[in-house]
Order: sequence, then structure tokens, then C-alpha cells
Amino acid sequence: MTAAPERAIRVVVLYPEVMDVYADRGNLLAVQARCRALGVGCEVIEVGLGDALPEAADLVLIGGGQDREQRRIAPDLAAKGEALRAWADADTPMLAVCGGFQLFGTFYRTGAGEELPGVGLFDVITVAPPPGAPRCIGDVLADAAVEGLGELVGFENHGGRTYLGPAAQPLARVRHGFGNNGDDHTEGAVYREAIGTYLHGSVLPKNPALTDRLIRAALRHRYGDAGDLAAPADAYALRAHAAAAEVARRRGRANG
Amino acid sequence: MAGVGIRERGALLLGRGAGEAARRLGRGGGTALPGLVAGTLAPGLLEACARQLGRGVITVTGTNGKTTTSHLLAAAARIAGWDPLANRSGSNLERGVVSSFVAEAGTTGAIPRAGGRLGVVELDEAVWPRLLPRLRPRVAVFLNLFRDQLDRYGEVDSIAEGWRRALAAHASLDASLALVLNVDDPSVAALTEAHRGEVIGFGVEDPDVALAAAEHASDARFCGCGATYRYDAVYMGHVGAWRCPGCGRTRPRPLVAARHIRLDADTTRFELSVAGATAEVTLPLAGLYSVYNALAAAAGAHALGLPFDATVHALAESGPAFGRQERFNLDDRTVRLLLAKNPTGLNEVIRTLRALPGEVTLLALLNDGIQDGQDVSWIYDADFEQLTDRPLHLVVSGDRADDLALRCALAGLAPRTVDADLARALDAALAATPAGGRIEVVATYTAMLAIRALLAARTGARPYWDDADEAARS
Repeated sequence: MTAAPERAIRVVVLYPEVMDVYADRGNLLAVQARCRALGVGCEVIEVGLGDALPEAADLVLIGGGQDREQRRIAPDLAAKGEALRAWADADTPMLAVCGGFQLFGTFYRTGAGEELPGVGLFDVITVAPPPGAPRCIGDVLADAAVEGLGELVGFENHGGRTYLGPAAQPLARVRHGFGNNGDDHTEGAVYREAIGTYLHGSVLPKNPALTDRLIRAALRHRYGDAGDLAAPADAYALRAHAAAAEVARRRGRANG
Repeated sequence: MAGVGIRERGALLLGRGAGEAARRLGRGGGTALPGLVAGTLAPGLLEACARQLGRGVITVTGTNGKTTTSHLLAAAARIAGWDPLANRSGSNLERGVVSSFVAEAGTTGAIPRAGGRLGVVELDEAVWPRLLPRLRPRVAVFLNLFRDQLDRYGEVDSIAEGWRRALAAHASLDASLALVLNVDDPSVAALTEAHRGEVIGFGVEDPDVALAAAEHASDARFCGCGATYRYDAVYMGHVGAWRCPGCGRTRPRPLVAARHIRLDADTTRFELSVAGATAEVTLPLAGLYSVYNALAAAAGAHALGLPFDATVHALAESGPAFGRQERFNLDDRTVRLLLAKNPTGLNEVIRTLRALPGEVTLLALLNDGIQDGQDVSWIYDADFEQLTDRPLHLVVSGDRADDLALRCALAGLAPRTVDADLARALDAALAATPAGGRIEVVATYTAMLAIRALLAARTGARPYWDDADEAARS
């Protein structure tokens, strides 16, 4: 190895011991590996239940959890809501997956009609599926609505249906899969540099363009500009991306 | 026979015919087809068959270890002279179970020598609630509950809830039903509270085999009271010596325990203790997870009233179940099959691989069929990083070879070969292994079936449905 990296980012992982049911830690592994390849230092701070947020972060990651566990962290997360919204307004990149995406929205309406408030970072609401409605499960292939991301691949598994409000932009439009709600073909949401998505996979390892976008935004947040990030895309990641896209085309739910 | 009417008899004939036809057409073992046909035509067939078994029925369920535990239980029953009737091919959905009974029942619906026979039924954890009232088991063994195929099963919590509801709904079975529970798994141990009948616990009592650090894939962090479990020892995932600091619930002392455990490359040794009786056991299976399966079988056998000696002999002598640590000799190399289909199972395999001396050739196979789980995300929850400090020649294959190669590369394990074609990947593994050496194969379920068929063809071993036929003939 060469000398210590000149530049570094600080990654804050929210509730890794709870919001980890669906392999979303692969996202942190992908960020760490890509930072190594780019010669960027990567400091990781895990924030658990009851822990305080650090003063600053250059990238925030949160995954999905079981329903029972998500209900446990909701009040703790709500207490951190103001700080997280301020970070997002200051162009801190974030990746919120599945349950984390739902919790970053305005509210989650349960089957009984109760509205559990979220962080309100994304202008989205999520409603529990009507009784008997199936979960949205399957392979996803989507065209990113964000420049430079190309096509996104992953696997979704969610009961809640998420709807975008007027201030929300979708992350992508699904070609195969359910996306946010199975009706309007939208997938995920974008607010400034924060991204919400239903994609597991894990999503970052096999979507290297998305990983690079988050790292570049993290560097901009820290240093004002991302500098020159010249490293070829990881060949394993590109092949896994192509394989997942092929599977989604073959068996993913097709949309008009 | 009593209870087997003309409708059931007709269904039996058609079901058996369908299974035979499937085998002749070369469509796999046809192990579920007779059950589908017969079960559709005569929904009461399963009950009618189960009722005939004079030694009753024992069910085995849980995420990991069902096939091996059932295999060991059937062996203990056989040694004791209780002729076991088992669904041995790992066909553990409703159809597979019905098929196993159909294969045994003659065209009259009568199971030969049924009065002296024991049903050993491996059941998928999501199917167990539906079959509880139909099989009316004497003993129900619960192994563990880990995250597994979330695309198919949903969350771990919902499986546990299904078990609890089924027990509550059939409380009338309490008097005759004994639960055999892994006390080290808090999700399983909690079933004690849902049952008023007999409960027999099994567990590991040896802090020396505890993990130094908790694994990433832990699936029961919180007690029902809301507090976070504390562990004096973690054996795998969330399984260990747990207690709840909130409500005071704690791991019950097990009646059946393993102490002084020694984990070797191909065997495990431990002191088995069953209700005060003890024996030194050398189990010809590697890994602490194999010790748990042995304990579950010993506890199940005890609940059934099988003699302790029969259990001890079965553990020492019965060898691996189909595709579970089976070994093949191919071109003077030993090829061992290790099934891994969820993070905790894979972590246990990784732990077993870490204990092997010298360089290891690892052939890792990932498929994404319905039986594997179509979602391959779970590989990110397994700790491949644990293998980075040991010499390894890695060959990756399977339908999702590229996903697995990426996961390994992120862990710092660069594959030497990535080839979705299984035969070519096996050749690459053979070429990388010196004569007399060994190849460890880690595979998801359908990948295991495929590589086993390939190994069977190259070594002349039997295909898998012969195993079920052998049970049918016994």
C-alpha cells in the first residue's frame, strides 16, 4: 500500500444492529471497498439505539429491519429527525433502504389507520397493504431518473406501499418489478443528495454507479469538490450488475 | 383398513402411478408428485395413514438441521427396532410428506406392519402449523429459527408467531404432545409459554466453543418485553446462553446437553448427557451445528422413549444425510458437500472451513431457484471475511456465480475461477487440488442437488430418489 490517503469521508451507519435484516450491510462493504480502490479514507461510525449522532457526517446509511424492530427504533429516530433533515439540506448524501426509506418519509399508515410519523426527510408517505394484498417481492430492473446512474438492479421485498408527494422526485422508473407501490412505476425517492430506495441486493455492490455517486457527493460535502476520481469500475460489480439485470428481465414483474 | 375409504384407495393408486411415471421420464425423483396427486384426490389420506402408526409420529422443524436431525432420529428408531417411516429426501412440504406415506401404503391404504412403526416427519417451518392437527404428533422437535429466504418465508417473527398460534389452536393436543426445544435459541425456548404439556429442552453447555464476537446475522435481539437479550456465550447467530435483563426470562437448564465439545475437520466429539445418563460420543459430522442436530435427535428420542443406547449408537454410526457432509471420492480427491442456504448456516460452514489445516480448494455454488430463495442478498449477511486469513483456492459457480464472486471479492477473497457451468467449475477445482487432497463444496439447495448428481454420475453413486425408495422397501 502507498501512504495514508490524503482525503477521507466519515460514514454514519444508523442502527446497524437492528436495521440489518436484509443484508443491507453489503452497502457499507461496497462503500469501503470502493473508497480503498479510489484511495479515499473511510471512517465508519455506527449509531445504535440511544446513541447520539456525531457532530458531522459525509454519508449516512440506513437499512431495513423487521416490523417489530422498526417500531422500536422509530421514536429514537424521530428524536434525531431535525439533525438528519439539516444534514440532508446541507447536501449530505444518504442511502435509506426499504424500512429505512419508509422511516425517512412523512408517515407510515398502519392497517388500523394509525399514522406513525417518520423523519420527514422525503416527501413520501407509506401505507400498509390492504388486507390480503400480497407483498411486493421480486427482482427489479429500473431506469434511474437521476443523471449518470443508468439502470439500477436489485431485489425488493416490502408490504408497505409508498407514494411520492409533490416535492418528491423518484429515484427511478421500474421496467421490471413493483417499485414504490406497484401502480405508478416509480422506485425510491431523491431529495438533494439523499436517496431512498426499496432495492436490496445488496444495492450498492451491484450498482457501482450509485456507489460512486454517493462517494463523490460525500467528498463534495467534506471538501467542496469531489476531485478527480479516476479508477476503473470494478469488473466483479459490472458482471454482477449484468447478471441481476438479466434475471430481472427473465422473471421480474413486467411493466407496460 | 379402518379409515381408508375407496376414495383414498383410488388416490393412492393414481399417486403412486404418477411418481413412478415421473421417475421413468427422468424428471427427478418424483418425490412430491404422488403427494400432489393423492393429496388432491383424497385430502384425508394423510390423517388416515398417520393414525395407523403404532409408535406415533415425531415432527422435526426449524430453519437449519431438519434433514440431519430426522436422519439421526430414524437411525435411533431403527436400532431400537422401531421401523421408521420417514420423508427422507428432504421433501418437507405438505406434498412431500403425503408422498412419503403414499409410497408406504399399499393399494388398500394399509401401511405394512404399521403397529410397530414410527413416523419421522421433517417439516418446513412454515408448513408445520398446518400439519400439526393432521399428523397429531406425539413429539414435536423445534431446532432453531434463523433468517432464511425472506422472499419466501417473510420475517422470522411471523414464523414464530405461526408456531405459537398453532399450539394455542390445538391446545387439546397438549396432553399427548411433548415439545422438544432448543433452549439456546430464545425464539424457540419461548414456545414453552405456549404449551401446557411436556417440554424437553436441549442445549450446549460449553463456553469453550462460544464465538469470540457475535456474528453479524443475529435474528432475535429483543425479548417480548422489549429489552435486549444479554449473552454469557454466543454459539451461533442469536443462539447461546441468553438472558433478558428486562423481565428476567432466562435460558432454561436443558435436560439434554453437550459438554466438553471438540470440533475437528471431519468429526465432533462431546459428552452427551440425557436426563442424567452420559456417554462420550464421536459424531462423524463436522461443526457445532452438527452437535445441535445430534442433541435434537437425542432429546427427540428421549421424548419418544427410545433407549439411550440406541441414540448413542445412532449418533456414532449413522453418518451423513443426503447431501449434508456427504463425501465422494473422485479422481483420488475427496469431495465433501456442505449445504448452506442462509447466513447462519453459511457462517457455520465458514467456521468449519476455518478449522481445516492446509490449503483448501473451495468450490462455492450459488443458485437462485425457488428452493434456494430467488433473492441472493443474504450472502452479504454471511461472514466471508472470516476466510481471508487462511490459504484458499476459490472456484465460484452456480446460476448466480457473478453475485457470489462479487461478494467474495468484497471480502478480499479473489476467486481463481468464476464459471456458471458446474461441470467446468468442478474440473477447475479438481485441477487445482493435488491427488489425495480435498475439495470442499459449499452449495445452496438446488446447487447441491446439481453438483451431487454430477458427482454421482462421475463416481457411480446413487441418485437421490433411491434413498426414498430404500425407505419404501424397508
